[in-house]
Amino acid sequence: MMETKSEMNKEMRRTILNYIERNSKADLQELAIMLGTDEVMVANEIAEMEKEKIICGYHTLIDWDRAGSEMITALIEVRVTPQRDQGFDRIAERIYNFPEVTAVYLISGGYDLMVILEGWTLKGVSQFVSEKLAPVEAIMSTATHFILKKYKDHGTIMVPQKKSERMLVTP
Amino acid sequence: MRNPLSEKVVALEPSGIRKFFDIVNEMTDAISLGVGEPDFDTPWRIREEGIYSLERGRTFYTSNAGLKELKIEITKYIKRKVNVSYDQQDVLVTVGGSEAIDLAFRAMLDPGDEVLIPQPSYVSYLPCAILADGVPVVIPLKHENEFKLTAEELEAAITPKTKILVMPFPNNPTGAIMTAEDLKPIVDVVLKHDIFVVSDEIYSELSYMGDHVSIASFPGMQERTILINGFSKGFAMTGWRLGYACGPRAIIEQMTKVHQYAIMCAPTNSQYAAIEGLRNCDDEVQKMREAYNQRRRFLMHELKRMQLECFEPYGAFYIFPCIKEFGMTSEEFATRFLAEEKVAVVPGTAFGECGEGFLRISYAYSLEDLKEAIGRLGHFIDRLRAEQK
Repeated sequence: MMETKSEMNKEMRRTILNYIERNSKADLQELAIMLGTDEVMVANEIAEMEKEKIICGYHTLIDWDRAGSEMITALIEVRVTPQRDQGFDRIAERIYNFPEVTAVYLISGGYDLMVILEGWTLKGVSQFVSEKLAPVEAIMSTATHFILKKYKDHGTIMVPQKKSERMLVTP
Repeated sequence: MRNPLSEKVVALEPSGIRKFFDIVNEMTDAISLGVGEPDFDTPWRIREEGIYSLERGRTFYTSNAGLKELKIEITKYIKRKVNVSYDQQDVLVTVGGSEAIDLAFRAMLDPGDEVLIPQPSYVSYLPCAILADGVPVVIPLKHENEFKLTAEELEAAITPKTKILVMPFPNNPTGAIMTAEDLKPIVDVVLKHDIFVVSDEIYSELSYMGDHVSIASFPGMQERTILINGFSKGFAMTGWRLGYACGPRAIIEQMTKVHQYAIMCAPTNSQYAAIEGLRNCDDEVQKMREAYNQRRRFLMHELKRMQLECFEPYGAFYIFPCIKEFGMTSEEFATRFLAEEKVAVVPGTAFGECGEGFLRISYAYSLEDLKEAIGRLGHFIDRLRAEQK
């Protein structure tokens, strides 16, 4: 049975996304070769997906420790009182607009919002929590966890990996 | 002192790949396109299950034919992948697919029985046939047929003594596959002459043009086919040494008898881990297949750019380019390439004489490694072409 065009298209999108999720620097020509299609097709699909906000940005995964900068990452559990009419959204907006905040998630379970904060100093982070977060009326409590070591981030293992012990020639 | 050695064993040719392996191993800075095993680690779920089974103290023997639970999972897997139904009693779990090849020959051959072996192909069919007192008869496959076996070639090789046809597809080292249309005429010849098939389908998961088709799925074939498969390639489990054979119970029983005396049972730990692989790793296997396919397309593109003659292979993780234009043997080419560019590839002749003029290039490597190695191949053949002028 022939696949319909939209199914093929979906399949192609999925493959492109799988690939560039790990390597957003992928060379378009190379990507087209590997997917068995042409470059224009790949470029069009990517442009479409950018427009549709399926692709929301191209970031770089950086190990700041190796870069010699002491970047501090904090995970902050926030309990809030939901606001009338607006639920959690309004309070989330108030938090995510701070540029230091790299992620805000609504969470099920013991608390409501998970806020991820990146700062250059311990003092900076604690200042943010005490001066910007804690005083907000709707926020009932916060619990701040500092990340001590990143083992794996965005699907990439950050600690040194062993060299392959595969033999050079095998049948 | 009397000669301690068996004439039969002494007369066996050492594996051609071994010789090359020894040269490569001397060179510490060489990079390689020479391996016949996945670059991926075994999926963590499977490894974790192996660890757990050790923690649980599952360090005993299993029954000779393998864990019943595993055999049942194997029958389900074979059913869903190639649509052939086996009872768990028709399955024998072995120490890699290689053991299953050895056992099949030993259980089926009497002295003088002929075994048809299409080549280029995996190195062990021929010696295993000899060790089982069979007579190997090589069918040289042709580049112009994309190294597929044709009904004419098969028909021409059959004699009244022919007992077994080995079907090594998807093929190591050529990457050739046999589609349903390719298999149909082969099946007709096999049925007409009443011979048996040992189908080595170890690369079945790595098929890039539609799903792999097993010769056992054709009417009348299941009762005359030993289907061999395993976990090494598709599940990236080479070092776990786990394979299996499915076939007519009468043959499997005799294979089990030899297995029982020679091996006892396949590693218990590997068997438990493999159950997890069959139950929960379809996605992981699919991801690996996709990665191989991307590299395959990349390599084909690069070879085309270099104008190196190569048919497009749709299976396993090998390409098999032709180097006849350089007027060297495969071994000379591989030796010089290694010495001058420090890249190891395997001469086609390691897989049979008809592999002369070809190289096996493995793409079980990361794209970065492939780019580096293929860049060096480009330099090398540029230099060779310049020399020829």
